[in-house]
Amino acid sequence: MKVAVVGAGPAGVRAVERLVAAGLSPVWIDEAPDGGGRIYQRPPPGVNRDARTLYGFEARRATALHTALDALKPRSDWRPETLVWHIRPEARQLHTLHRGRQAGVDYDAAILCTGAMDRVIPVPGWTRPGVTTLGAAQIALKTQGCGIGGRVVFLGTGPLLWLVAYQYAKAGAEVAAVLDTTPFATKARATPGLLRGGATFVKGLYYIAWLRRRGIRIAEGIAPLAIEGDAGGVTGVAWRDASGREHRVACDAAGMGWGLKPEAQLADLARVPFRHDPLQANWVPERDAAGRTPVRGIYLAGDGAGIGGAEVAEIAGARAALALLEDAGHRVDPIETVPLDRKLAAQARFRAALERAFPFPSHLARGIADDTILCRCEGLRTGELRAAARAEAATGPAPEMNRAKAFTRVGMGRCQGRVCGVAAAEVLAAELGCDVTAIGRLRGQPPVKPIPIPAAGDAP
Amino acid sequence: MTIACDVLIQGGGGAGCSAALHLAQRGLRVVLLERGLVGGQASGVNYGGVRQQGRHPAELPIARRSRELWGRLKDLVGTDAEFSITGHLKLARNEAEEADLIAYLDVAKQHDLPLRMVGRNAIHREYPWLGPQVVAGSFAPEDGAANPRLLAPALANAARAAGADIREHHEVVAHAHDGARFHLRTAAGEAFTAPALLNMAGFWGGRVAEAFGEPVPIEALSPNMLVTEPVPYFIEPNLGVVGGNLYLRQIPRGNVIMGGGRGESDPSVPWSRPLPEISFRTMGLAVEVIPSLAGVQVIRSWTGIDGRMPDVIPVIGPSRTTPGLFHAFGFSGHGFQLGPAIGAIMAELVVDGRTDIPLEAFRVDRFKAPAA
Repeated sequence: MKVAVVGAGPAGVRAVERLVAAGLSPVWIDEAPDGGGRIYQRPPPGVNRDARTLYGFEARRATALHTALDALKPRSDWRPETLVWHIRPEARQLHTLHRGRQAGVDYDAAILCTGAMDRVIPVPGWTRPGVTTLGAAQIALKTQGCGIGGRVVFLGTGPLLWLVAYQYAKAGAEVAAVLDTTPFATKARATPGLLRGGATFVKGLYYIAWLRRRGIRIAEGIAPLAIEGDAGGVTGVAWRDASGREHRVACDAAGMGWGLKPEAQLADLARVPFRHDPLQANWVPERDAAGRTPVRGIYLAGDGAGIGGAEVAEIAGARAALALLEDAGHRVDPIETVPLDRKLAAQARFRAALERAFPFPSHLARGIADDTILCRCEGLRTGELRAAARAEAATGPAPEMNRAKAFTRVGMGRCQGRVCGVAAAEVLAAELGCDVTAIGRLRGQPPVKPIPIPAAGDAP
Repeated sequence: MTIACDVLIQGGGGAGCSAALHLAQRGLRVVLLERGLVGGQASGVNYGGVRQQGRHPAELPIARRSRELWGRLKDLVGTDAEFSITGHLKLARNEAEEADLIAYLDVAKQHDLPLRMVGRNAIHREYPWLGPQVVAGSFAPEDGAANPRLLAPALANAARAAGADIREHHEVVAHAHDGARFHLRTAAGEAFTAPALLNMAGFWGGRVAEAFGEPVPIEALSPNMLVTEPVPYFIEPNLGVVGGNLYLRQIPRGNVIMGGGRGESDPSVPWSRPLPEISFRTMGLAVEVIPSLAGVQVIRSWTGIDGRMPDVIPVIGPSRTTPGLFHAFGFSGHGFQLGPAIGAIMAELVVDGRTDIPLEAFRVDRFKAPAA
C-alpha cells in the first residue's frame, strides 16, 4: 500500500510515526529543508542556537519532535525541499517539484498536514518594506537568528501576537509597542474557558505579564490607522485607542496578524468540500474527528484541517494515521484511539475559548479605506473591489468571491489570494450587505505555489 | 406559473448574452436561462484571443463582422473588455508550416483580412526575443486580445439594461415543443414558454439538439491554460503557431498567458481542471519559441468546458426538425472572438428570418450519414 504524507510539522511527524510503527514506509514530503513545520522550524546548518533559545517554553516539545523526525527519515521515503503543487484524487497522484524537477507520486492514501498561515487585514502602508506577518517575523528569528527590524511594533490579535513580541524582546530586539485590536474585556470574558488550556493559558499570561513588567508599551482594543514610512521603509505606526485618541510610535519594522487560517489548498484541489467555521471565522475542509475526509484516500491533520495549534496537531496526526490504517484493514486497538479522541475533544473546548478571546475583527476588514491596497500582488485598492460589487459596474455586480476575482483580479496574483482573501471576502460581503459565508471562497487552482518554467531541454 | 416571452435563450456565454442584447434592442421579450453564472465556462475561462487569422474560411465572414463589433464594444456594452489591438502573429517552426502560412494569404485576401508575411530575416529583426526554431510568421494587424472574464457579464448587463431577462442559476432540465411553442422547465421547477428557442449552450448544446431529434457528435474540450507572474512587458503581439499546440500573449501589466492541449473534465458536474503533463508540455513549447521565459514562475492554471465538433467548426443555424429552434454551439475552442457577431446573427435569424452571413457550412445535420 502506497501512503504519502505531506508536511513534516507536528502533525506530519506524528502521522508518519504511527505509519512506520505499523510497518509502512510512506513517501514523506516537506517544503522545508529539515522539517519541523513552521512552529518548530529548524535553523539552517551553521546556525548554532540551542533549543531553549529558539523555542522557549516549547523547547522540550520541539526537541522531542525533531528527534522523532530524524529517526523516521531513514524509515520513510523522505523528500525535503519538495513542493506538492497539485493533487489529482481521480488518478491518486501528487505532483511535486524539487529543485526545479517535476515528479509524480502515486498514492493509495494520503495524509495532508499542510499547516497554517497568518490572517492579514490590510492597513494603510502595509505593503512597505519592513512589514511582515507575525509568522514571518517569528521565522526570521527562529531560522536566521535575526529580527525584522531593530525597533519593532507588533500589531493584530491572537496568542501569536504576544508570543512573538515576547520572543523578540527576549532575543534583545526593542519592541516599541504591542497593539492588540481585541479589547481587554473580550479576553477577560473568555477566561473561564481558557482555564481549560492549563499550561498553554498560563504561558500566555506569562508572556503578557513579562512584557508589561519590562515596561513595553501595550495597548488593547485599538484600531490601526497606518504603518507610516518613507523611501527607506517603515518609520512608525499610528493607531486610535478605545477612547478615540490617536497615537503614534516610531519604529523601523512592523509585524502583524490576526490569528491563523488553514493552508488548505491541497485539500481543495483534492476536491474535499469546505464549510465555514463561524468560531474560527475560517473556511475549513470537511473531515471527521479522526481526520477522514469525504474524498476516498484523503486524510487531514494539523492546522491545515482547521486551526488547533501544535499540541492538537501532534494528536491529530497520530489519529489520522490510525484512521488510515483502520480503513486499510489494519487492526487498530481502541486503546490507542480512545485516549487520542478524548484529548482532541478536550483541546477543542479550549480552542473555542481561545477563539472567543481573540475573535477575528471582521469590522476592521470591512472598514478598510477605499484607497488602501487590498490585494498587493495585483496592486488592487479596496475601493476597486467595492466598485465591482455595485450595480453600476459595466459587468454588473459581482455576487460572489470568484466573480469578484474575475472582474477585479483580487487574489489573482502570485499568492493566489492566500494573503488578501480573508479581508477581500469581508469587504465584498459588507458591500453586498450579506454575511461572509454567502459569497463563497476563492476557488483553488494548481499550482499551490508558483512553479518555474523549465529551461529548454530541461522539461520533465 | 409559466413565464411566456418571445424568445428563450439557453446558455449565457458570450454568444448567448450577445443574442439577448441584440434581440432586446429590437424590442423582443427575451428570457435567457443560464445554469451557473454567465460566462462561466468556455466564454469566461478561454485564452482571450480576438483573432481572425487562421480561421476556417467559412468562419471568416462571422469573424470579420465580429471584429467590427469588437471595435465598438465600449459603445455597445459600456466596457471594451480590455480589448487591445496588438496584432496576431502566427509562427512557423519549419518549412512545411511556413508553406501553410503562405497558403492562407489567399484565404485572407478573399475575405479582405489584412495579413502580411514576415520572412525569416525580418521576423528575428522585428521580434528579437523569438527562438531560433522560428522560421517565419504571418501578421494580422487588426487582431488582438481581450479579457474573457469581462465580455459575457458585460454583454449580459447591457442586455438587462435593454430589457432582456437574464436568469442565472437556472438550469434547464426538460425541453418540449407543442408544434407552436417551446416549453422549458428548470431544475427548480419553473416553466418558460416561447415560440422561439436559441440553443447556445456550448458543449451542452449537443444535448439540447438531441432533445429535438438532432444528435450531433460533440465532445467536451477543456483548453489547458496557464498564466505566469508579471515580468517586464516585451511580447506585444498575440502569438500562435501553425498546428495550434501553443498560443501565448502578454498583457501590459506583465503576466504571460499561454495555452495548448487539453485538460480533464466531467461535464456532468460540471467540473474541469488542467493536467500537469499538458501544462509542462505547454511550458516546454513556450520556451522553445521564447527562450527568455525559462525560469519565469507559473502562478495559476485553469480550464473550462467547451464543445468540440469533429470538423472543428460550430453548429450555427436553424433546426432541421423543429421550427423556431436555432442553434449556435460547439465553437470548438475558438468562439470567444465570434460571440458578439453570433448574437447579432441569431437575432437576424429570429426577427428577419434571414442573415447575410453564409451559414451552410455550419448546418446541424452535416454529420448525418447520407441516406442509403
